[in-house]
Amino acid sequence: MSNSKGQILSNKLEIPKSDELKHPMEGYLREERFPHIWCSTCGIGTVLTGFITGLQKSGLDREKVAVVSGIGCSGRAAGYLRLDSFHSTHGRAIPFATGLALGNPELKVVVISGDGDIAAIGGNHFIHAARRNMNLTVICINNFNYAMTGGQAGPTTPEEANASTAPFGCYEYPFNLPFLAESSGAIYVARWTSLHIRRVSNSISEALLKPGFSFIEVIAPCPTLYARRNRLGSGLDLMKFYHDSAIIDHNADTRDIDIGYQDRITIGKFVDKDKPTFLENKDNFLKKKLGDKFIQYTGQNWE
Amino acid sequence: MAYWRVPLDIKKVEVPHGNVHIDKEQCKGCKFCVEYCPRDVLEMSAEFNRKGYHYPVVLKQGACVNCNLCEMICPDFSIFVMEGKPRNPEADEIIDRKDNQ
Repeated sequence: MSNSKGQILSNKLEIPKSDELKHPMEGYLREERFPHIWCSTCGIGTVLTGFITGLQKSGLDREKVAVVSGIGCSGRAAGYLRLDSFHSTHGRAIPFATGLALGNPELKVVVISGDGDIAAIGGNHFIHAARRNMNLTVICINNFNYAMTGGQAGPTTPEEANASTAPFGCYEYPFNLPFLAESSGAIYVARWTSLHIRRVSNSISEALLKPGFSFIEVIAPCPTLYARRNRLGSGLDLMKFYHDSAIIDHNADTRDIDIGYQDRITIGKFVDKDKPTFLENKDNFLKKKLGDKFIQYTGQNWE
Repeated sequence: MAYWRVPLDIKKVEVPHGNVHIDKEQCKGCKFCVEYCPRDVLEMSAEFNRKGYHYPVVLKQGACVNCNLCEMICPDFSIFVMEGKPRNPEADEIIDRKDNQ
């Protein structure tokens, strides 16, 4: 339940009167834009549910959370959330989020975007934000192709998978995103599928509370393009496939967790460590170098 | 899971209970909730909603144990569960009569 400003008025476990029965996440959604544009059996809506429950679990103040998304099917997520949110240009979700996190250090900035946005067009921004240990949480919804533009092969399309620009099958090596994130310096790396939705939401609430660059890859079914072109059935069939072939291994070496075409998917929380963030490093370093002349930036004293 | 006899502490055990609410016009008929409900509470309707999708309906009223999985797995925010009053299970629910015969 929510009032006109979207503030949550009551705990969801209270039973409301029958005339005001509302979805418990309604205060977090811009319900005037619903139903959303995502296809039937697409997994992005499930991941959005996981994000909202993760945010509720983490107990963060909604005024101090901002969501940035890029272009693509999953880029719509920012527009559907009743939080401070921005739908940025293609691949530039992480640079925008970096600016937001540096401009207002109190904010927790979350990037929700797709594999095309984060690993292809924004790949360079992704590795540099991870290298600097920027205070961001990146949720990458991986559906193995560029779904919004018509199912072209992307950097995560597995070998042999059919795509509209790979009619005989893709012959490129795909990215292994958790390995890319870990080797670039991310402090929290996890991979789940949209079937493991409770683990997704627990993982998101953990990542939101960790200062530094956290990365969560969520594999989601794309029924309209990836599954249709590869004759894999509906999103429900892909969910059943995840149920059969996903193996939870928290200690897996990220070098060995490539995803092949309709092959075993290793999921789990692979990296969870602590490292000073970009701003902590900057403050400590400049304090050492400048001594008394150093003025710490708090987000308010910018003049 | 079915028991072969009535447990001695059946009066003390309380089963959580949930009331399932479905917004049928928002549903896109993905069947995730029907497939993954651990108590098989839901089934797909024979009717269509305004957009032409079949939507879930409650098959076994009272069987929901408030696990919230349907609410979390629904990609369309069209189903949710409100916690109801916990209740004592009845002997018929937990005993598999077929095995005893």
